[in-house]
Order: sequence, then structure tokens, then C-alpha cells
Amino acid sequence: MAYFFQQLLNALQLGSIYALIALGYTMVYGILTMINFAHGDLFMVGAFFCFLLAVYLKLSFVPTLLLSMLGVACLGVIIERLAYKPLRTAPRVSAIITALGVGLFLENFTLALSPYPKHIPPLLTNVTWTVGAVSISSLQVLVIVLSLGLMLILDFVVWRTKAGMAMRAISWDKTIVPLMGVSVNKIISLTFAIGTGLGGAAGVLYSLAYPVIDPYMGIMVGWKAFICAVVGGIGNVRGAMIGGFILGAVEILVAAFFPSTYRDFVAFTLLLGLLILRPYGILGRPQPQKV
Amino acid sequence: MNRTGTAYATWRDGWRRFTARKYFWPAVLACGLAFSIAADRYDFVDLYVQLIVIYVGINIILTVSLNLINGYMGEFSVGHAGFMAVGAYTASLITVHVLPQSVAAVGFPVAVLAGGLAAALIGFLVAIPSFKTRGDYLAIVTLAFGMIVKSILENIDAVGGPRGLLGMEKLTTLPWVFFWTALSVWVIRNLVYSNYGRGVLSVREDEIAADLMSVNTRQVKIIAFVVSSFFAGIAGGLFAHALQFINPRMFDIIKSTDVLIMVYLGGIASLAGSIIGAVIYTLLLEILRPLGIWRMVFMPLLLVVLMIYRPRGIMGLRETKLFEPLGDLVTERLWRKTKKEASDAAP
Repeated sequence: MAYFFQQLLNALQLGSIYALIALGYTMVYGILTMINFAHGDLFMVGAFFCFLLAVYLKLSFVPTLLLSMLGVACLGVIIERLAYKPLRTAPRVSAIITALGVGLFLENFTLALSPYPKHIPPLLTNVTWTVGAVSISSLQVLVIVLSLGLMLILDFVVWRTKAGMAMRAISWDKTIVPLMGVSVNKIISLTFAIGTGLGGAAGVLYSLAYPVIDPYMGIMVGWKAFICAVVGGIGNVRGAMIGGFILGAVEILVAAFFPSTYRDFVAFTLLLGLLILRPYGILGRPQPQKV
Repeated sequence: MNRTGTAYATWRDGWRRFTARKYFWPAVLACGLAFSIAADRYDFVDLYVQLIVIYVGINIILTVSLNLINGYMGEFSVGHAGFMAVGAYTASLITVHVLPQSVAAVGFPVAVLAGGLAAALIGFLVAIPSFKTRGDYLAIVTLAFGMIVKSILENIDAVGGPRGLLGMEKLTTLPWVFFWTALSVWVIRNLVYSNYGRGVLSVREDEIAADLMSVNTRQVKIIAFVVSSFFAGIAGGLFAHALQFINPRMFDIIKSTDVLIMVYLGGIASLAGSIIGAVIYTLLLEILRPLGIWRMVFMPLLLVVLMIYRPRGIMGLRETKLFEPLGDLVTERLWRKTKKEASDAAP
């Protein structure tokens, strides 16, 4: 039983990181109906920012986190302006390919600059508490609490503020909203900034939890986070959070009770099963096709 | 310059009549085959160049077959490397373990064919979810399929697990690559211009309307997936015997992305585009090899710039006349004449 709770805690940690990344996918999809496949690589860039700030500038945890988030958010907005904005009226698939290209560019650029995996120094002193037979590290608590906090803030922004209302309005109807005096470009930039900033935060937290980073780490994590977004119902912010925790739980529990090489196999098979049962995700609504 | 001048029109008509001759394509193919056999037999082409040509051929097969799903049918399949892996492993297992050493060279086409058939069977299974799910969700299904294939292969010790499989002889030669490339382009070209192929296009344009016009969309999707995965499996078999070593990591999402890039670089729904895309991408990567890792930085940038200025790729949705079914030359000339008269009559 203690083993189960221990693994549940690990699942929460991994799930909250997946959820943070999935939020970026789902927000961009909600507003542009475009899958930003470069998002996983922005997550990787966040981890590398964390490495640079922590090793070369010797910053402590809080400024590292904030500056990494800011840096990744700026990068996200720049990418949107340079690469995605000219394609807003183009066929959807060319935007997707552009995103894949941007992702490859980020990976290989980072690889060209730093060919070897990097080790992140411990930014925080790690304390381990033992409750019964379950040991809880302060790092795990920090990752979970910080992610949940960021998600709550995001939920507040999307549902309670004027900018959030504009975001929801744009995802509802793109043609009418500009007529109501909403600056669509600004809102799209803001969405990108928030989404990629959360991805950057996930990068920092991930590199603290699993402290060896390399330029290709974003691919697998990115695709898995994308799966979380789809499982929750893509375009749905709360769905992305649920999807993240589901995939985190599945992966950790499979690795805990089966040989760990079966992890991806079981995770993806479950995903296929879920998609066959609910093809539009857990919280997604099937969109009626107009004839 | 008046491009519709008489000299140009005459020349174009002549060229079209020449390519429209009954023996044009057989002659071109026979020359290509003879050249590839000679190059293989007498080694007058540098071995390195031969290897590059083999890779170009394999990439053409992959690109043309993925274009059937992503270009002509308008779905977004991200699992092409998975089909390739099935073909590669099946073909390699047959040549290494099933066939005795002495007949390996003779049995090679059978092994490659078996790889293609195994991949086609899997493609049939993947086609089933595509009846209900479309768009991004079908992309996830194919993505998950690719990952499942890789992870199953990593967990089977009999095929080497994560270490991979070796022991294949170098059986992929230029003539075989030429044969399979020509066959894949020919089959997919004929499929696209057949009734079924028109069905595939109609699924891309509007599935509901296609259904109402009595297109059997399920059948069309099955055909597209099976044919596409069959040729991906063939490419896998050839790839395994060209490299003589395979492991599951070669067929991961990066490989699928490579093929996607070739498809969209060349242009969707265009056979000529697929061939151009595969050739340009493979050759550019080889030419830029001295740049080392920076070529991998340069290529995606090129792709992004291309997508911004030419979102449909080089040949997007267009086709060279060479691959189109033979039109009626007389009608075409009459039409051009009427058009010219109309434009002359206009002030």
C-alpha cells in the first residue's frame, strides 16, 4: 500500500509537468486551431535557460524560474510573429509543417551549441520527510504545488479576466470578435506568451526533478503532452490538466508494476482505447459537421 | 516575351506527342533499368554515389506512398516510420532466419514483398479507426501506432530488442531500387487517376458530400491506407538490406517527420512534387554534409521559409503533364486556338 502511495506521488509529479506542457498546446489550439509542434522544444529551451542561468549566472531558484519563463515566452511570441503569423490564412497543414520545422530548428540549434547532455546543479536543498512508509521529498512537493498554482492562476486568467474573455471569444468565433473592438493580434501574442511561458516553467521543473538535460528531450515529452491535450479534449484548458494527470498516472503505475520497457506500449495502447471510446477527448464536445 | 508564341506551341505539341507515344514510358523505364543493372554490374558509378541513389529511391517510395494519405486523402498521418519498421523487420527476419544462405539473393524480392504485405496488413488495422476519427485525432492514432510498433520491437528479444537486428547481406542493389521505385510511382499514379483515386480525392475535399455521392468512403480509406503502408513496408525492406543493420530507434518519430518534410516540401497531392521533394531533401542533406550539425539547423529554416512563401510546397496540387493521363491532343489544341482567338479579338 505504501508502495502504491509512493508511486501515486511520483505520478502526481510527472502528471503536473505533463499538464503544464499540455496547457500550451491546448491554448494555442483553442485560439488558432493550430497544433504548435514546436512546443515540446520550447519546453527543452526552458530547461536550457535554467541550466544557463543556474550555472553561469549562479542565480537562485526563484529568479531562474521567472527569467526562464520570461525568456521562453519571448521566444514563443517571436516565433509566432515570424513563422506562424504569415500563415494564418494558409492551409492548416502548412502551419503544422512550419511548426515541425521550427521545432527541428530549435533542437538542432541547441544541439549545435551544446552537443553533450548537461547536468543541472541542485538549486534547492532537498529535504525528505517520511510519513508512515511513504517518503516525500520537498522537491516533489514543490513541483506539484507550483504546477497546481500556475494552473489555478491560468484558470483564473482564462475565466475571470477581460483578456481571458477575449481568448475564449476568439476561439468561439474569429470573424466577429475583431468587430467588437478586440485586438486579435495582441490576444494571440498573449496566448502564445502564456502558453509557452508555462512550457518554460515545465522545463525548469522537469530539469530539477530529472536533472540531466539534452537537446532532444523535448521530442518525447512534447508528443506525450500533446497526447494529454488530446485525451482531455484539445482546445479545452481544464481537459489538458486532467489529461496530464491521467497520462502521468498511467506511465508511473505501469512502470511500477510491469517491466519499465512496457511503459510506452501500455500508455499508448490505453490512449488508443480511450480515443476509440471517446473520439473527442474527455471534456471535448463533438463538433457537428456542417453540410 | 510571348510564351504562347507559335514556335513554343509547336515545340510543346511535339514534346507532348512524343511523350504520349505508346512506347515512351516502356522505353524510359527500360533505359533506366538497363543503366542501373550496368552500373551495378560494372561499377562504373562510384559506390558512394550508388548508395546515395539507393537512398533517394527509398525516400521516393516513402514520400510517394505517404502523399497518398497526407496529400491525396488529406489526412495527417504521422506514423509512416511504423509501417516502414514492420516491413524492414519482416523482410530481414526472412532473409536472415528463414531463407538458407544460398538462396538469399534469389529470395530477396520475396522477402521484400512479404515485408510490404505485413505492413499492408497493419495498415488495414490502422484504417479502421480512421472511419470515425479524422484530423488531429487520426494524427494521434497514427502517432500512437508508430510508438506502439517501436515499443513492441524494443520488447521482443528474438529480434534483438533495443540492440537491433543484424546479419543481413547487402542485397539492395540499384536495379531492385529502380524496380520498386518505378513500381510504386506507377501503381500510385494509376490508383490516383482511377475511380478509386477520385474517391480518395473526394474524401479530402468533403467527406460527407462524397458519401452522399455514393462514394464508399470506408472502402476508399482502406485502399489508401493499405496501398500506402504496403509501399512503406517495401521501402523498409530495401532500407534494411541497404544499411545491413536496423534497430527500433531508426523508425521513431524523427524518421516520420523526415518523410513528412519531404512530402510537404515537394507539394501535396503531386507525384512529381513527391519525387522532387525526396530528391532535393536527400541530396541537399548529402551536399551540406561538410557543414556537420549546422546543416540540420539550416534545413528546417529552409523549410519554414518555403512554407511561408509557398505554403503548398514546390508542386502543391499540381502535376506535370508526364504523369497525367493522356489528354486529347486535338481537343486541347482546339481549345488553345479558341482561347487565342478570343484574346486576339479582345481589344
